[in-house]
Amino acid sequence: MTDVADETTARVGVTASPATSSPQAQVAGRASARPAAPAPGGRRGTGSALRKRLEIAFFVAPALLLFLFFVVVPIVRAVQLSAYRWKGYGPLVDFVGLKNYVSVLNNDVFIGALQHNLIIVVASIAIQLPLGLAIALLLNRKMWGQGVLRTIIFVPYVLAEVIAGVVWYQLLQPKYGVIDAMLAAVGIKGPAQGFLGTPEYALWTVIVVLTWKYLGLAVILFLAGLQSVPEELYEASQIDGASWWQTQRKITIPLLGPTIRTWAFLSMIGSLQLFDMVWILTGGGPANATTTMATFLINEGTKRQNYGIAGAASVILFVVALVLALLYQRFILRRDIQDPASRKKVKA
Amino acid sequence: MRIARTGRSLAATVAATALLAACGGAGGDSGTSDGDPVTLTWWHNGIDEPLNTYFEKVALGFEADHPNVTIENVPVQNEELKARLADALTTGEFPDVFQQWGGGQMGEQVAAGALLDLTDDVTSELELIGGSAAGWQLEGRTYGLPFSMGVEGFWYNRALFEQAGITDPPIIQEDLDAAVVKLRAAGIVPIAVGAGDKWPAAHYWYNYALRACPPDTMAAAGASQDFSDPCFVKAGTDLEAFLATAPFQDGFLEAPAQQGDTSSAALLANGGAAMELMGHWNPGVMSGLAANGVGLGDDLGWFPFPMTAGGQGNANSALGGGDGFSCSADAPPECVDFLRYLLSVEVQTRYAETGAGLPVTMGSEAAVSDPNMSTLLTFRNNARYVQLWLDIAYGSTVGGALNDAVAAQFAGTGSARDVVDAMNAAGGS
Repeated sequence: MTDVADETTARVGVTASPATSSPQAQVAGRASARPAAPAPGGRRGTGSALRKRLEIAFFVAPALLLFLFFVVVPIVRAVQLSAYRWKGYGPLVDFVGLKNYVSVLNNDVFIGALQHNLIIVVASIAIQLPLGLAIALLLNRKMWGQGVLRTIIFVPYVLAEVIAGVVWYQLLQPKYGVIDAMLAAVGIKGPAQGFLGTPEYALWTVIVVLTWKYLGLAVILFLAGLQSVPEELYEASQIDGASWWQTQRKITIPLLGPTIRTWAFLSMIGSLQLFDMVWILTGGGPANATTTMATFLINEGTKRQNYGIAGAASVILFVVALVLALLYQRFILRRDIQDPASRKKVKA
Repeated sequence: MRIARTGRSLAATVAATALLAACGGAGGDSGTSDGDPVTLTWWHNGIDEPLNTYFEKVALGFEADHPNVTIENVPVQNEELKARLADALTTGEFPDVFQQWGGGQMGEQVAAGALLDLTDDVTSELELIGGSAAGWQLEGRTYGLPFSMGVEGFWYNRALFEQAGITDPPIIQEDLDAAVVKLRAAGIVPIAVGAGDKWPAAHYWYNYALRACPPDTMAAAGASQDFSDPCFVKAGTDLEAFLATAPFQDGFLEAPAQQGDTSSAALLANGGAAMELMGHWNPGVMSGLAANGVGLGDDLGWFPFPMTAGGQGNANSALGGGDGFSCSADAPPECVDFLRYLLSVEVQTRYAETGAGLPVTMGSEAAVSDPNMSTLLTFRNNARYVQLWLDIAYGSTVGGALNDAVAAQFAGTGSARDVVDAMNAAGGS
């Protein structure tokens, strides 16, 4: 059985050593795919070791440079800014230590934003997982219009976030919007302030739109995962007289496990960094009912010129995402990312 | 740090030398007309007509009077201008003259040593400008001059008022409350507000604060960033009482102020609501959103924010905002001459003629032709005190927290006390 994680590592390995016949180059290629690993060897002839190192340096340098300028430098800069009170004018002189962090963590708006992010993380997985799975299982059966249905499900994901957001914003307008009009036609009166304008409904409305937008990704990933479930297992279960439902529960879903876990990981990180859809639909309102950590730091940074506060908030967002990602890898993705050698042992 | 300081003192020395040379050459005349060639870089947001052409003409006119000066005229889109100014002030590559909105942001620029103190060079201009200059002053020193200043009030639809049986525009809060009741009874939405943008909601609080607090208290609170005076709570309580009369349109919490058919300006422009609290720019915004392409025309009226009971605020005070210009700390002395030229009656009169805004220099009012604008201008000139928008006056940190908290109050999730607490918390950080 192959899974998404295996496929990705395999593909990275192949693309990193582009059709060369030299074994050294292949070693270099593999090393470049995993830059964190220390360069092996060094006991063989010093000449070849040096050469190998040069090759490694040559292949890794462009990627490392990009990583340095577009990832490391901004992170360091954000950490630096977070220790100063700086309004965007003049040099960084007003050092305040951890005061910005204290102020962010004591800020009700930020704590509210963090809660919204966590609600969205949980709700996205809790809603999209069963729904996506059900649709993927349905679409995996041979039936009329399968291709069209798959496309329809996937279209929202392909649409640009901004366009989808503006369309939903218009649909959800109170009184004039299509959704209110449709509800009115069947005798239901929408909330007077509109779905996006009522603090109690706004976050859930955003979650509904997010579900519509990202369900397609879940379905496509699950469908891809389903392709890798061996046909023989289904045949075997049929011979054993298992019902369709039993087959799904005992064979399909367990074998989809790695795909589901990887998807949930992506969904979680996406939810933590959520910005554009919220920004377009509500701008974080009404009355901060839908702020996320990202909208908070944009507001503080670009609108109020509190670059220190925004820096501290971005560092906190980074730490929250990093900790959750590491915990997830440690406890849930562990089975999927063991190296192939030990996996074989487990299987045997 | 040391290098930067040397650079600054060097620049100061150069400027001082230039000033001395200029004085010597021109023999006390205000102009430095036969001085060394000087280039003034000028950043402003006049990318649209009629402002663009007007500013171009201003630059040419000044150059004609001062042959040694070349003005490098750089119009930049408003938001981009703000970003570019922040960048420029960080790197030290300041333009000589640039747009200045005053208030707390100007305070940050002063604290960074970026602005030229104009106080002693513009005394006669300040006399002609009067109360409008307050927003560009800090602890008695002047760091910029407004060239346009508008005030806020209720824009209303005379036809809808008539339909509801309201004969005179409201003067005190009770009148406004009564008008709301009458309009509702006539099936008309009394007031449109774009609370989704937050600031239009917060402007109600600003006005109630202006009515509740004496001018000194408002200014002192801005300087100390301490908003514990009980009058700020009164502002919120007054607002709460008004919110309880449910004066706004359906969906006001997510409505924008100026974009699209559901915006508050569009509602007023198309007869969907009878009033809107907004700045002097509203007729222009409304005509852009009106279904008939014009707006209300003669049906559009204006009245100032009503008086409230028990407030200590000055009855003659107004809330407003405007555009001004500052000189950077190491700009050549011609920069000040240029500001004085901008504020001269002649140049201000031509500004009024463009219809793009309200001039500030006394003597240029006659050129304002629109009757509503004239009402507004009279009100502003009679105001003993023009308070700058609070989110600008108190700086973006407190201002942002204030706008957030008032928006929450509009949504029914915050109290008058919460607003003050939020401001104090933001002021302390």
